[in-house]
Amino acid sequence: MTNLLLNIDAGTIDWSRAQFALTAIYHWLFVPLTLGLAVIMGIAETFYYKKRTAFWKKTAQFWQRLFGVNFAMGVATGIILEFEFGTNWSNYSWFVGDIFGAPLAVEGIVAFFMESTFVAVMFFGWKKVSAGFHLASTWLTGLGATISAWWILVANAWMQYPVGCEFNPDTMRNEMTSFLEVALSPFAIDKFCHTVISSWIIGAIFVCAVCGWYLLKKRETELAIESLKIAAVVGFVAAMGAGATGHKSGQTVAQVQPMKLAAMEALYEGGNEMGLKIVEGVEVPYGLSMMATNTLDGFVPGINDLLNGYQKADGTWEPSVNEKIARGRLAIQALADYRKAKVEGADESILNTHLSILKTNMPYFGYGYVKDANDVVPSVFINFWAFRVMVGLGCLFIAFFGLLILLVFRVPLLSVIIRRLLSALGLLDERNSDGWQMADSVPSWLCWAAILLLPLAYICSESGWLVAEFGRQPWTIQDMLPTWAAVSDLQSSSVMITFILFLILFTTMLAVEINILLKQIKKGPSL
Amino acid sequence: MTYEFLQHYWCFIVSLLGALLVFLLFVQGANSMIFALGKTPQERRLLINSTGRKWEFTFTTLVTFGGAFFASFPLFYSTSFGGAYWLWMLILFSFVLQAVSYEFQNKLGNFLGPKTFQCFLVFNGIMGPLLLGGAVATFFEGSNFIVEKGNLIDVDSMMNGQWSTVVISHWANASHGLDALLNPWVLIMGLAVLYLSRVLGILYIKNNIADDVIRRRANYQLVASAVIFVVLFVAYVIHLMVKDGYAYDDSGQIMMEPYKYLNNALDMWYLTIVLLIGVVLVLYGIIKEVYPVTLHPSPITSNGIWYAGIGTVLTVLPLLLLSAWNHTAYYPSTADLQSSLTLENSCSSYFTLNTMFWVSLLIPFVLSYIVYAWRKIDSKRIDRTEIANDDHAY
Repeated sequence: MTNLLLNIDAGTIDWSRAQFALTAIYHWLFVPLTLGLAVIMGIAETFYYKKRTAFWKKTAQFWQRLFGVNFAMGVATGIILEFEFGTNWSNYSWFVGDIFGAPLAVEGIVAFFMESTFVAVMFFGWKKVSAGFHLASTWLTGLGATISAWWILVANAWMQYPVGCEFNPDTMRNEMTSFLEVALSPFAIDKFCHTVISSWIIGAIFVCAVCGWYLLKKRETELAIESLKIAAVVGFVAAMGAGATGHKSGQTVAQVQPMKLAAMEALYEGGNEMGLKIVEGVEVPYGLSMMATNTLDGFVPGINDLLNGYQKADGTWEPSVNEKIARGRLAIQALADYRKAKVEGADESILNTHLSILKTNMPYFGYGYVKDANDVVPSVFINFWAFRVMVGLGCLFIAFFGLLILLVFRVPLLSVIIRRLLSALGLLDERNSDGWQMADSVPSWLCWAAILLLPLAYICSESGWLVAEFGRQPWTIQDMLPTWAAVSDLQSSSVMITFILFLILFTTMLAVEINILLKQIKKGPSL
Repeated sequence: MTYEFLQHYWCFIVSLLGALLVFLLFVQGANSMIFALGKTPQERRLLINSTGRKWEFTFTTLVTFGGAFFASFPLFYSTSFGGAYWLWMLILFSFVLQAVSYEFQNKLGNFLGPKTFQCFLVFNGIMGPLLLGGAVATFFEGSNFIVEKGNLIDVDSMMNGQWSTVVISHWANASHGLDALLNPWVLIMGLAVLYLSRVLGILYIKNNIADDVIRRRANYQLVASAVIFVVLFVAYVIHLMVKDGYAYDDSGQIMMEPYKYLNNALDMWYLTIVLLIGVVLVLYGIIKEVYPVTLHPSPITSNGIWYAGIGTVLTVLPLLLLSAWNHTAYYPSTADLQSSLTLENSCSSYFTLNTMFWVSLLIPFVLSYIVYAWRKIDSKRIDRTEIANDDHAY
C-alpha cells in the first residue's frame, strides 16, 4: 500500500532546492543590511548619548527609520527558512534533527526574543524610556540579530562540517554527542566571523550611498559627512576583516570540503605549488597552495584527484568516489542487516558484526545514495565565477573605504598625499575647500561610486553564499545525506506552486521596500 | 534526570510556548476586526499601532515554538511539516504577509496602498488562529500519515527511480494537510481559537487604546465573539471527553482507548484543576469587561486582558498536555495506528534533551525582560495625539 502513496519525483527535489534557494537569497538581501545598519545606528545613538545634541538624535533616528523598513522583510523571509527544513526536507529533519534542531531552538530563546523585544523599545521608546535604556535597547537589537546569526550559522556550518555527533542504528538518525563541538566548531567560527563582518560592509556601503546622494544634491550635508565618517571606519575595518576571515575560511574549506575548493578554482588536476587563478590563464604563482595549505608547495587536489582518489599530505590514501559509494552501500547494507537481525532476535555477536561494518563505513554513509560518481561534483562554472566576483568586489571595497577614510579624516601624511594626488589627476577640486572642509573633501565622482557600489555589495554578498551553498552540492550534510535522500514526499506541483507564490510575494514586497526606502531617503531626516 | 522526565519536561516547555502563542494571538484577533472596530483611517491606524507594538512577540513565539519542537521532537517536525505541507504553508504565508504589513502600510512610497496591507492583516488575523487551532485539534483527532524509519535503507528502489522510497514520513493522501479541515471537529477547534483570539484582541484593545469610540465598538464585538467562543469551546471539550483516544503501552504498542482523554483528565487531576482555573479566569476577564463596575472604565481599569490572557495560558497548557502525557500518542495517525507519534518514539536523544534543558532555564530570564520592556512601552496608553506625533508610528 505504501508504494501507492509515493508520489515524489525528481522535480520535487529541484523545486525544493529552488524554493530554499529563493527564500535564502531573498532573506540574505535584508539580513546583512540589518546587521550592518545596526552597528552604524548604534554608533550614531552613542554619539547622541554622549553629546545630547539634536543633530545626533536626528541622525540616529534617521538610520533607525531605514533600519525598520528593512527589518520587517528580514523577519518575514526568515520564518519560512526555519520551517522549510520540515516542510521540504523532512528526511533531513529526522536524520539530523537531534543535532540541527538545537541551534534553532537556542536561536529562538536567546536571540529572537532579545531582538523583537528591544526593537520595539528602540522604535517606540524614545519618549517612554531613559536615554540610557534606549541606547541599550538599540545595541541589544543589533546584538540579538548578531546572536541570531551566530546560531543559524552554527547550524549551517554543521551541515558543511558535521561534528559532535554519532549515528544511532536503533533510532536511524544521527545524535549529538557534544554540544560544544557543534556550537564552537572551527567551521562555524570562521563562517560567523566572515558572514557578520561582511554584512557590516553592506551596512557601511548603504550609508555611503545615501550620504553620497545627499552630497550630490547638496543637502543634509552635516548628517552625510558625519555618517560617512562612521561608515568609512566601519566599512574599512569590515572589508579588511572580511579579507582576513575569508582567507581563514578558505583554509578550512580546503581541509574539510576539498571538492568545493576544487570547483571554486576550476581545478581538475591537482598538484603542488599550485597558483591561484585570477581568471583562466592569469594566476598568482603558489597562491592556491598558500591559501589552502599555508605553504608554497602544498598539494591541492583537483576534481579528478577527488574522483579517482589521491595520496594526502599525511601519507594516507583518500579513496575514490566509486570506492566511497561502495563503502556507503556497505554501511547501508550493514544497517539493514542489523535491523533485520534485531527483529529476528539474533545473538549479540551477530549484531556486533553488523555494527562493526556499519561503523567502519559510516564516514561514507551518504555516498550509498549516490548513483554516479560525477553526481558529487558541484557546478564548476557557478563556483568559479561566484568566488571571483566575491573576492574581486571585496578588494574593490577595501580600496573604496581606504580612500574614503583618507578623505574624510586627517590621516597624517597619507591624507595629504592622496589629496595632492587626486588634485593632480583632476579628481579633487581643492581651490574652494578651506583646508579640510569635509563636504568638498568628498568629490562627486566618489559620491557616484558609493551609489554604484551598493548593488555590487549585494552581488558580492550573495556570491559568497552561492560559493558556500553550490560548492557543497549535492550534500545537505557533507558526506552524510545528499539532497535527493533528504527531501519530503511531496508532488513537484505543490512545491512549484509555493515557489511561485513566494517569488511573487517576495518580489512585490522587495519592490515596495525599495520604493519606501527611496522615498524615506528623499524625505530626509527632517520630521 | 531520567530520559522519561526530560521527554515530559520538553513536552511541557513546547506546550507552554504553544499556550503563550495562543494568548499572543490577540494580535491576530484584533487585526481580524480592523474594519469593524476602526471606521476611519485614523481609527484603523490607532488599532494597527496598538497591535503593531506586540506583533513581534507573537511572531517570535511561533518561531521559537517551531524551533523547540524541532529540537525536542524532530520526528513531529519531519512528519507534520513535511506531510501537512499545505496547512503549514498557508499558516506561514499568512504570517509573512503580517510581518511586512505594519512597517509598510502608512509609509510614503507604499504603492500598494494602506488598505492592501490592512487586508493582509485581516487575512492573517483570520487564517492564523483558525489554522493553528485546527493544527492543535489534530493532536486529538489524528492525521493521515505513515512513518517507516526503515525506508532510509531502501536504496535499491531509489536507484531505480523511486526517489521517495527512502523518505521516512509520508502523507497518505494528496491534499497534504488540507484534509484536516474536512473534519468538523478540527474546524470547531479552529473556530474556537479564532473567536478566543478575537475576544483577547478586544480585551487588549480596551486596555491599550485610550479612545472612547473604539472602546465602545469593541464592547459590541466582545459579547458576540465571547458567546461563539464559549459555545464552540464547550462543544469541543465535551466531544474530547467522550471520544476514544490514542494510548500506548510500555512496549510502545499504540491502541485505541475509550474515553482516553477523560481518563487523562481524571488521572492527571492537577491538570484538570489548572484547566478549570484557566477557564474561570478567561470567563472572569470577559464578564468583567461586559459588566464593568464603573460606568466609564478607563483603559487602566479595563484589565480583563490580563485575567483572560493568564486564563488562556492556564487553559491551553493542560489541554495540550492531556494530548501527550499519561501514555498518550500526541500526534495520532489515522492511516496507520502504529505510526502515531508518542513522546518516546519521536523525541530527541537523552543528550540533546538534557543539553537543551539547561538552555531552557534561560526562559524565565527572557520572560522577565519581555515583561519589563512591555510595561515600559505600555506605561502610557495609545491615543490619537501620540500617533500623530510619533515619527515611527505605523
